[in-house]
Amino acid sequence: MDLAVAAGETLAIVGESGCGKTMTALALMRLLPEGAEVAAGTVRLDGQDILALPERAVEDLRGSRIAMVFQEPMTALNPVMTVGAQIAEAVARHRGLGGRPAWAEAVEALRLVRMPDPAARARAYPHELSGGMRQRAVIAMALVNRPRVILADEPTTALDVTIQAQILALIGTLQAELGSAVVLITHDLGVVAETADRVIVMYAGRKVEEAAVTGLFDAPLHPYTQGLMAAVPRGRGGARLADIPGTVPPLSALPPGCAFAPRCPLAGPRCRTLRPPLTEPRPGHRVACWERGA
Amino acid sequence: MRRALANPSLVIGVAIVATIVLLALLAPHVATHGIAQMDMRNRFALPSAEHWLGTDNFGRDLWSRMVAGARISLAIALAATAGAAAIGTAVGLAAGYFGGWVDLILMRITDIFLGFPAIVLALALVAVLGPGVTNVALSLVVVFWTEYARVVRAATLVLREQTYVAAARALGASPARILVREILPNAAGPIIVLASLGLGTAVIAESALAFLGFGLPPPAPTWGWTLAYGTGFMREAPWLSIVSGAAIMLTVLGFNLLGDGLRDLLDPRQLTRASGATRKT
Repeated sequence: MDLAVAAGETLAIVGESGCGKTMTALALMRLLPEGAEVAAGTVRLDGQDILALPERAVEDLRGSRIAMVFQEPMTALNPVMTVGAQIAEAVARHRGLGGRPAWAEAVEALRLVRMPDPAARARAYPHELSGGMRQRAVIAMALVNRPRVILADEPTTALDVTIQAQILALIGTLQAELGSAVVLITHDLGVVAETADRVIVMYAGRKVEEAAVTGLFDAPLHPYTQGLMAAVPRGRGGARLADIPGTVPPLSALPPGCAFAPRCPLAGPRCRTLRPPLTEPRPGHRVACWERGA
Repeated sequence: MRRALANPSLVIGVAIVATIVLLALLAPHVATHGIAQMDMRNRFALPSAEHWLGTDNFGRDLWSRMVAGARISLAIALAATAGAAAIGTAVGLAAGYFGGWVDLILMRITDIFLGFPAIVLALALVAVLGPGVTNVALSLVVVFWTEYARVVRAATLVLREQTYVAAARALGASPARILVREILPNAAGPIIVLASLGLGTAVIAESALAFLGFGLPPPAPTWGWTLAYGTGFMREAPWLSIVSGAAIMLTVLGFNLLGDGLRDLLDPRQLTRASGATRKT
């Protein structure tokens, strides 16, 4: 896995459930659960290798220069603390502000995420807020210290469609205001098309295609990406939705060649024995496929 | 609040506990006689206007001794429960959150303490430390902390996997901060329930020690010792044992009802189970 995001850029990571999107994000923050670890490699933030830092130093980075927006706004907030107190805690932790100024910052962050009546909502407990408001609070918590990188792990999957659009628009606006880099993890290609600058398609824990969003949607190269696109409903009723036969293989039982070969319409004998390298058949458009690569 | 009032065991428990706590606090004012004030002409007096609950073998007023005994029992129970809850919670949080060898070592130590029969361990400790309010409370702390350690560890194991704990970690919170700010407040429910039930157990344990002669030495008016020497005068003055036994029973009942009530209030799953909604098997 290899990815880079520049300030102000939105990188989307797409793929089916279980292909390693969330694990990639957690690895970036050095928050992998027990039993998982980064086998090798580096994670650089402004040239500093996060993986080489001592734990205390990483704690200082988390929430201040790199922050994460979680998938489930219902469970990402502590039920026994007010929303404002939770945001203020992040402020106090990283900027050493006392109770009152930290609280003011928290209210300001809620205002930034367009929370209606932020001063009153800051005193509310999570269960008193709607799903959309909770997700705004979660975003406020991630943004309050103006991080350089925001990891958003399926920030809208738990929300209904109108709220989804609002939250995505909000993330875009805030990114423009703060100049942060955004890594958007999703399985929703519609979301990708609307918000991302560049896209990485993941399959079974590996990058299979990477391109600018227009390049990817206009001319997807990898058969998996093409399959994903074909599976998006277009609104012209009647036609049966295409699907990709089979499921993602468990990472413990990957086939020796290309991981997608067993489900791939183009797979030849070479695909089943040798893993395809990442090549760049068009400028800025990379793909890992024997049939479509350079 | 309405749910609290609709819960009969909570209401009765609070009423009993509040009454006894109030009597204990106001003991010097509600007592009619000095606790060591003897009156040899009025030995084994029946309950009367002068002696509401009668007198004992030295003519001492039983009512006054009972309310003074409430002070002793409650003070020891409170100190023992607070100490046990504090130690057990700290151990349980550390074991549950850090896991691995920290968990292994802490829980094996807990098992060692659990291996001793509670009252025997407490007896041995008082025998070594000597009598006195502090020593009795201390020995009960040693006996009771394990329960909190196990319950809090179990709660921590569940809570540490919650998304908001991961979110706190992603905001740069240190383990200590996560334990105190995220996990402990969410584990407060079971700790509170356990503590209110534990107060009842501590009252029994303190009375048992006193009954066996390992509590505060006479003339301290402990309920347990009054019960014990009262048995020697069952024919002349049965009220001695009956009243002190009833005082112990009522106090423990009060704490148990309070604990059960709080559990219903704080644990919604328990509530549905109690109402029979999920009792299908």
